[in-house]
Amino acid sequence: MGILEARGITKRFGGLTAVNDLSFKVDKGEIFGIIGPNGSGKTTVFNMISRFFPITAGEIYFNDKRIDALPAHEICKIGIGRTFQVVKPLRRMTVQENVMAGAFLRTSNINKARNKAAEIIKFCNLDGYRSRVAKGLPIPLRKRLEIARALATEPELLLLDETCAGLNPKESEAAIDLIRRIRDTGVTIIIIEHIMKVMMGISDRILAINFGKEIAMGKPQEVANHPEVIKAYLGEAYA
Amino acid sequence: MEDAWIKFGQTVICGILLGGMYSLIAIGMTLIMGVMKIINLAHGALVMVGMYVVYICATNYGIDPYIGMFIAMPVLFFLGCLIQKYMINRLVEVDSILPENQVLLTVGIMLVLTEGIRLFFKSDYRSVVTSYSSDTIYIGAMSISVPLVIGFIIAMAFTFLLHMFLTKSDLGKSIRATSQDRDAAIFMGVNSSKITMITFGLGAALAAAGGSLLLPLFYLFPDVGHLFTAKSFIITILGGLGSTWGAAIGGLVIGLSESLGATYISMGYKDVVGLVMFILVLLFLPGGIRSLVKR
Amino acid sequence: MLNKNTLMTIVFVLVAVALPVIIKAPYQQHILILVIIWATIGTAWNLLSGYAGQVSFGHAAFFGVGAYSAGLLTLHYGLSPWWGLALGPVMAMLIALPIGAIAFRLRGPYFALATLALGEIFRLMFLNATGFTNGAKGILIMPAITSKIVYYYIGLGMLAATLLVTYLIVHSKIGYYLVSIREDQDAATSLGIPTTFYKNLALLPSALFTGLAGAFYMNYVTFIDPDIVFNLTDISIMVILVVMLGGVATTWGPTIGAALYIIMGELFRTTLGPANVLVFGILVCLIIMFLPNGIAGELDVIKRITQRKKAGLSGGV
Repeated sequence: MGILEARGITKRFGGLTAVNDLSFKVDKGEIFGIIGPNGSGKTTVFNMISRFFPITAGEIYFNDKRIDALPAHEICKIGIGRTFQVVKPLRRMTVQENVMAGAFLRTSNINKARNKAAEIIKFCNLDGYRSRVAKGLPIPLRKRLEIARALATEPELLLLDETCAGLNPKESEAAIDLIRRIRDTGVTIIIIEHIMKVMMGISDRILAINFGKEIAMGKPQEVANHPEVIKAYLGEAYA
Repeated sequence: MEDAWIKFGQTVICGILLGGMYSLIAIGMTLIMGVMKIINLAHGALVMVGMYVVYICATNYGIDPYIGMFIAMPVLFFLGCLIQKYMINRLVEVDSILPENQVLLTVGIMLVLTEGIRLFFKSDYRSVVTSYSSDTIYIGAMSISVPLVIGFIIAMAFTFLLHMFLTKSDLGKSIRATSQDRDAAIFMGVNSSKITMITFGLGAALAAAGGSLLLPLFYLFPDVGHLFTAKSFIITILGGLGSTWGAAIGGLVIGLSESLGATYISMGYKDVVGLVMFILVLLFLPGGIRSLVKR
Repeated sequence: MLNKNTLMTIVFVLVAVALPVIIKAPYQQHILILVIIWATIGTAWNLLSGYAGQVSFGHAAFFGVGAYSAGLLTLHYGLSPWWGLALGPVMAMLIALPIGAIAFRLRGPYFALATLALGEIFRLMFLNATGFTNGAKGILIMPAITSKIVYYYIGLGMLAATLLVTYLIVHSKIGYYLVSIREDQDAATSLGIPTTFYKNLALLPSALFTGLAGAFYMNYVTFIDPDIVFNLTDISIMVILVVMLGGVATTWGPTIGAALYIIMGELFRTTLGPANVLVFGILVCLIIMFLPNGIAGELDVIKRITQRKKAGLSGGV
């Protein structure tokens, strides 16, 4: 059962084609990875799904309904949450307030929002930082906050953009663990990563793109051994 | 019928000549905005101070305004450098809820300059009268005021010199580099804090120059600065932030529309024309004229 | 159970209500009324600009429209200007809608400039529509009440309403959403927040209460003209400075700022004579350079550092 389907999506910025006739389907409950070198169009795909800007061509379906013409704020309402590659914490708000901002999507009651936020904060192991102002948090915690905030909106599908970038191996482990636990609650996840090792470890299937086009799609082993993928990552192999 | 054409021609020419001088002031502002990325609401006050310097030279020392301009310019250059280095520069590191802090500081500076001048000169309307202030030259049947013509010629000369400076000299190129990409410029060895200070000084000097040229045509009083701040903004946004030739063209456009507005609508509403254009540009052409050409 | 904040609020309210009984001199009561007017405008502005982060440089438009609503009712229809207290806020909200529709398409400094231009357009319109507004001659009305105490209590009611509504909004879901928009508009959108809708939700009460203050001003001062009530520096920009002084995005900041501004202003005016605005300007520069979060804001930072207390939404009282 496909939760998200992209058919022939294309995005052009002036003369530059960032995403070129890409098609893929994500199944409910899986962790779907998108991998590619810098500038290959990965984040643009996310921006297209979350309607950060209009798409030039193609269609996107979420639970069989077309979403590529919805206003940007509707995307989260219908159940798609996202994080940003360069984290965007609500800097002068505390961790708790950040997550509450997400929780308010599904309730107008402050107490309910507060309780929901507390739940999510605990789930993401941020409990000790609840009253810390987001501005003062180190990067790994900011990334976790970003995820927590998106989770508070009760998404069916979560788009994670480079969650492990800039983290040391131990922090990456914690992040991967969190992602798995999120999936176990029934949330489908699409994850963008640079780092092969992370992707290999958690993805059920991977889409490899370069220059906005698909170069390989399938199980992690297949994709990692695909000659085009190796070519694109010349020299990078496993991080 | 003849008269209508004369009236039209006069309006157009006066508008363009006036606009040329507005351009100079606006170029000063766009340079500052391009390099420092701040909105300088004190710009008009700098124009005003420049005008008072020329006024003092003319009234107390009998120096002709067009010579006095060459005194006002270095004075304002120096003043601009001081303001940037010791005041505005402080705010670059500060993080507060309102990012508009820098803008508000320029408001504070504007208040200090305006009130400082008012303390010495009161709010009296003053003017500088020279032997040629009321002379006119004739083009066909159209009469054009001499100070308008001289002012325009000098303004164009300065604009040309500035263009040469920005494109041919090392300092000029450093300024343009900093304006386009501050970090890249730093990596190329540009001393960005020095450049920022010099640019502010240069912008102030240009403001003084424009003001000096306009002095024979405007009454001088402390609050006249507000007028010039508003005009330079409209011109800067119209021309495209950071674009000197955009500001040059924008100045002509504004001068022209003001002139047309004053002649054919009314004196009172001529400022409304500029403001409405401003909003339309903000909404539909935020990159200004420059973005039209780039396409 | 009464916590510290509630207790302080009650104390303030009691003091405010008792003040004109203690302070009997008309001049000083006049000062208090001015403080109330500025506190109202500041609190209203703060909702849109401090909490929602949409910094308006054109709030004089709402003030002026409120004032003229009251004045024109008398001028053209012979009605009591007190009716302006009902009409003024409504008119202010009516003009807020097109202003928002235009300005909210822009962000940051461009938004600020657009509001500045729009404010000026209103001033010029009211200045030039001499048939309707009397233009530069302004509107003069006969004062209905001579006792300042009555004005004081009416004004106090106005300020109380403004503070209460602002407080309720800020401490609700709306408040969280407004601050989210301020902190990162794109992140807010990704959380499902319809940003334009909420910006308008902040704009309308902001305009309403500023218009109310304008109508009250007309009634109290009895003379207005476009250059007074639509003034760019003296009202639009001054309200920004006043709130910055007292503390942006705090409940009491604008009131504190208003008190400081009026009282300092009067002190300067009486002791420094013509140099008073100059000194004020110097003070503004110093405050912006060294106390960017205003007095209430900086106090809170100090509080937070010394007590490691939980930060509120606004970081303030």
